[in-house]
Amino acid sequence: MDCKVVLVQNNPALGHVRSNLEQHVASVEAAIRAGADLVVFPELSLTGYFLKDQTYELGLEPDAPLLAPLLELSKKISISFGMVERSREQRLYNAHVFLEQGRVLSVHRKVHLVTYGMFDESRDFAAGDRFQFVESRLGRFGFLVCEDMWHLGGTYLHFMNDVDALIVASASPGRGADASGESLASVRIWQTLLGAVSLFTQTFVLYANRVGWEDGISFSGQTCAFDPFGRRIGMLEGFDPGELAVHMRSSELQRARVTTPLRRDEKPWVLLGQLEQISGLRAKPSAERA
Amino acid sequence: MKHASPLDIQPDLVVDLLVRFLREEIGQSGFDRAVVGLSGGLDSAVVAALCARAFGPAHVLAVTLPYRTSNPESEAHAKLVADHLGLAMRRVEITRMADGYLDQERVELPLRRGNVMARSRMIVLYDLSVEWRGLVVGTSNKTEILLGYTTQWGDGAHAVNPLGDLYKHQVYQVARHLELPRAVIDKAPSADLFAGQTDEAELGFTYAAADAILYHLIDERYNEEELVALGHSRELIRKIVDRVVRYQFKRLPPLIAKLSLRTVNRDFRYLRDWEHSR
Repeated sequence: MDCKVVLVQNNPALGHVRSNLEQHVASVEAAIRAGADLVVFPELSLTGYFLKDQTYELGLEPDAPLLAPLLELSKKISISFGMVERSREQRLYNAHVFLEQGRVLSVHRKVHLVTYGMFDESRDFAAGDRFQFVESRLGRFGFLVCEDMWHLGGTYLHFMNDVDALIVASASPGRGADASGESLASVRIWQTLLGAVSLFTQTFVLYANRVGWEDGISFSGQTCAFDPFGRRIGMLEGFDPGELAVHMRSSELQRARVTTPLRRDEKPWVLLGQLEQISGLRAKPSAERA
Repeated sequence: MKHASPLDIQPDLVVDLLVRFLREEIGQSGFDRAVVGLSGGLDSAVVAALCARAFGPAHVLAVTLPYRTSNPESEAHAKLVADHLGLAMRRVEITRMADGYLDQERVELPLRRGNVMARSRMIVLYDLSVEWRGLVVGTSNKTEILLGYTTQWGDGAHAVNPLGDLYKHQVYQVARHLELPRAVIDKAPSADLFAGQTDEAELGFTYAAADAILYHLIDERYNEEELVALGHSRELIRKIVDRVVRYQFKRLPPLIAKLSLRTVNRDFRYLRDWEHSR
């Protein structure tokens, strides 16, 4: 797990995959030069966010020839980036792809598509049905795409899977400039959430959020990382594109988990039993029914 | 210290965001210059100041568009703002173009005359935007938009609008933060479409009251009973809600009769910032 990560806060051109790909390549090459082991991009970093009908036009398979330059670079550095994935069944997913050693190691399909208020993701995307984690050469990473982070289930599963770090990719619109606190309300709430999740899961939390504007909607950046104690170890202030480099060390994971052994003492069977009672998730055995 | 309002914003953060908004959204269209109609009032002064920050004063054309009955003070205040910001100011009197129609058709009704003036100004701003190679930046605030207190295709016509999500109270905060001339901040808001007109007299309520009701109604989703419980009169609440509903048409593009399988803006859905991927 001892590695250096570069989180890229980018501003993709809406629907312009080729120019965004060039930017990705440039950022990855810069991260390689900086001696990083892993580079993480935001949600839908290759396409932009409010795609609407463009979603259908921009869907790609993660091993599409167009993405060969990234696959090639992944021989030198692990790469985690966002794209519209077109599946064999012609379904489109808001996907976060992990490349390593010239291979597509995993594809996380966003489970919790946002479809309320200003969001309309379920109209264009199919939802993923599992929280993907990956056994990387650097350690075990769990993926959450934006809204996935707001539901305890995904975080909990990653915790149960003993991941070392959570990769949280986001395209979070900035909103709430009220005077009741500093920065945007949406930023404040994300910081609270990220810190709390790193505390609960005792993992590193790597948050890559984009910046820029799409039709009057800004994306709030504040790309940052938390250590397994819930402490922020770096953040990009402001709304400009940029890169944040952080180090992750196994010793920190050990320290956190020895100090408070949350995962060791977790009792998933209690949860499982009560969940069944609450929602009748599993049909009772026939003998009981009789 | 003034009592804090739930409408209070962080003006420095808002200015930072709005300057970025102007740069990026106007830049996206391939421009780096703006045209602003300066009325002498608060909203257009704030927009001009934001544009000056976004593009530099040399890239902002401030246009004053008086009609023969306009209050001379309006033009003086517009000049005060333009000088304060170091903007090139252009004066285009709309009397002849407006009267060409108003006299010919003997238009008397103040509402109609006001609308013709607002739309004459729109024609000039859009024409100058070609000459200036910049985009027309709008000045309607959230309070006006929600109350429908704008002329459709008049002051309501523009390429981008930095103030459209700020209530009047919040525009005042931004204006003070930007240190705009006191004369502009302190005077009574007026559309100046006819002599002695003030917004609040015409609307029949104050901006402060409208802001307080609209903020809770729209942003906080309060219902009528909850608004009454805050101390607002039921009569005023209903008056404001009526306006919000009645003027929805001004806030949306014209309706298109759907006939095909794919209709513009219905199931042909692309953002304005749509870019081609080739």
